[in-house]
Amino acid sequence: MSDRHPTTQRGRIRIVGFDDAVADQQAGDRENDDDDDTIATGPIDSSTTPGETTTETESEPDRPRRRLEDAWRRFRRNRTAMAGLGVIVVMAVLAVFARPIEVSTAEVTITLQPFSLAPYDPSAMFVGPANAPPSRAHPFGTDWAGRDQLSRVLVGGRYTLGIGLVAVALALCVGVPLGAIAGYFGGWIDEAIMRLVDVLYAFPFLVLAIAIVPILEPIPVLGGGFWTVVLALAVTGWIGYARLLRGEVLSVREREYVTAARALGVPDRTVIRRHVVPNAVAPVVVQATLNVGTVVLTAAALGFLGLGLEPGSAEWGAMLSQGRSSLVQGRWHITVFPGLAIFLFVLAINLVGDGINDALDPHRDVSDERRRLR
Amino acid sequence: MTLGRYVWTRLLVTAPVLFGVTALTFSFVHLLPGDAVDAIIGFQDVSPAVEASIRAEYHLDQPVWKQYLLWLGDAATLEFGESPITGRDVAATIGRRLPATLTLGGAAWLLALAVGIPAGIVAAVRAGEPADELGRIAALAGIATPNFWLGLILLFVFSVRLGWFRVIPPDAPLASLAMAKFMLLPTITLGTASAALITRLLRSSMRQELEAAYVRTARAKGLSERTVILKHVLRNALLPVVTVAGLQLAFLVDGAVVVEQIFSWPGMGRLLVRSILRRDYTVIQAAVLVIGVAIVIANLLVDIVYAILDPRIRY
Repeated sequence: MSDRHPTTQRGRIRIVGFDDAVADQQAGDRENDDDDDTIATGPIDSSTTPGETTTETESEPDRPRRRLEDAWRRFRRNRTAMAGLGVIVVMAVLAVFARPIEVSTAEVTITLQPFSLAPYDPSAMFVGPANAPPSRAHPFGTDWAGRDQLSRVLVGGRYTLGIGLVAVALALCVGVPLGAIAGYFGGWIDEAIMRLVDVLYAFPFLVLAIAIVPILEPIPVLGGGFWTVVLALAVTGWIGYARLLRGEVLSVREREYVTAARALGVPDRTVIRRHVVPNAVAPVVVQATLNVGTVVLTAAALGFLGLGLEPGSAEWGAMLSQGRSSLVQGRWHITVFPGLAIFLFVLAINLVGDGINDALDPHRDVSDERRRLR
Repeated sequence: MTLGRYVWTRLLVTAPVLFGVTALTFSFVHLLPGDAVDAIIGFQDVSPAVEASIRAEYHLDQPVWKQYLLWLGDAATLEFGESPITGRDVAATIGRRLPATLTLGGAAWLLALAVGIPAGIVAAVRAGEPADELGRIAALAGIATPNFWLGLILLFVFSVRLGWFRVIPPDAPLASLAMAKFMLLPTITLGTASAALITRLLRSSMRQELEAAYVRTARAKGLSERTVILKHVLRNALLPVVTVAGLQLAFLVDGAVVVEQIFSWPGMGRLLVRSILRRDYTVIQAAVLVIGVAIVIANLLVDIVYAILDPRIRY
């Protein structure tokens, strides 16, 4: 390694990740769409010179996709993870088809989704007797206002799944670029970002969200409710991704292919987007998946405490906020069903997260070997 | 690096974070919409003279940075003033609430360790066997159960149906038998998720340690499996558990906010939620500050303990 000649070093750049069979076969149809599965951290750079483009088409484009295919193959073999994925898909389908989805403007109403699995309107009061235990007409019973619990649990999935996915996606959009920048450039940028992360880490997730909700609530654009909760959870959620990705980037940026790309004059933005982030992002993906569960639990806790969403929303946590007084009066069904729904969803997310963790860690055997040598 | 120097560098890094925590806490209230005076007078019509005197009393006529420094000076001496909503002294309120939360949180943490460590050991030693699978499922279920749901179910089954426990705390001092009995359900509710996290963490770190060469050496020289596991492997495997102790504290505080609500436990979490619903900003600010500072200090202590246990990280 130590006696590498400059010319052999230049040769290495082309050999790393170079697979001529696949590259030849796919070079033609890949040239334009090879950005699809790399995580973009900035606008696509259009100023790359022809020389760089050649290097990248030769060494990079087939790697991320093959890596994802391998991971998917390993994931599919994991039965518990697939069961978790199945539960999530079923719950998502139930939530989407629970009530018709319509987009209405002043004149026209367009029905995007006409099906209605839920027997009643979740906010319609007194469709049955109040506080009725489960019966054939109302399989999950009714709540204090005579609303059908089954319909509310079905439609409530929209809040929970929506909040979970959107809040985590937003947090990733903030945390991944900031973590990558902090780790890649180091110096005062790193100090500034990481000290901010440290400060935010001093506040527990739920406490921070509770403190932020009243600040966001009166902003009219957010329309109260859904987006308030999403933003509060995104503002508090990004720090974990930033810290995790920074740590990974610190080691990735020392790799030879990064040094090589920089030596060739590839702009920093492109190096981060094409070489650093795709190779550092795996633990963040696992973390983000598991965090969907945490975010859903926190959103439900906010609903339970009566913060964020309007009272009476068919959100699973908010449905439990009446649960204590109902329980003390002996009405178990009001608590059991929404809670069971949260439990199932978070359990499924955790199974999937574990599955992704195993699928993205193909070097496990290698590292086990290394450990044995210690 | 000696331990003393390591502690000093950690303190130097902690100081700006602590400063940031106070600045952020202060800005929470200033980011809130509306005029602070309106919140204090409760939107009554008052003469401009009265308004001006309130402004002067709360230093609201000063520039923001000066308000911050004044507030910081007061906070440093635990002087939070009176709540404009309840008229009670904020520092005294927090002083009364904090022990309740610390007791509950401490009990839950002990429970989590008492369950999580043995469960983690068993799962790692019997990896792949039914005991491990059972532990894995139980740990996942523990993480996935919403703590408010678990609390409500426990309350329903054991307090409402079976009548073993009271529904609200007894009117007894914190350190009494009646209170200890009542605390059982909230402790289980709060400790379950932490126990599950510790189990998973310890299982994976022990499985790594079990592969190490020193384990083979220990076995080869004829030590009993019990000694190998408890004296050699467990000690090293516990280090990652220590690392997350600070995160666990934040996790327990989050849990306490919800659990105290269910069991009417007179702690910080209940105080925080009630203050938010009442828009009692003086109390919110003080409570959030106490929580933030406590976690920063706890993380500092964790780092120091870690450096004592594992001299390698002092580098």
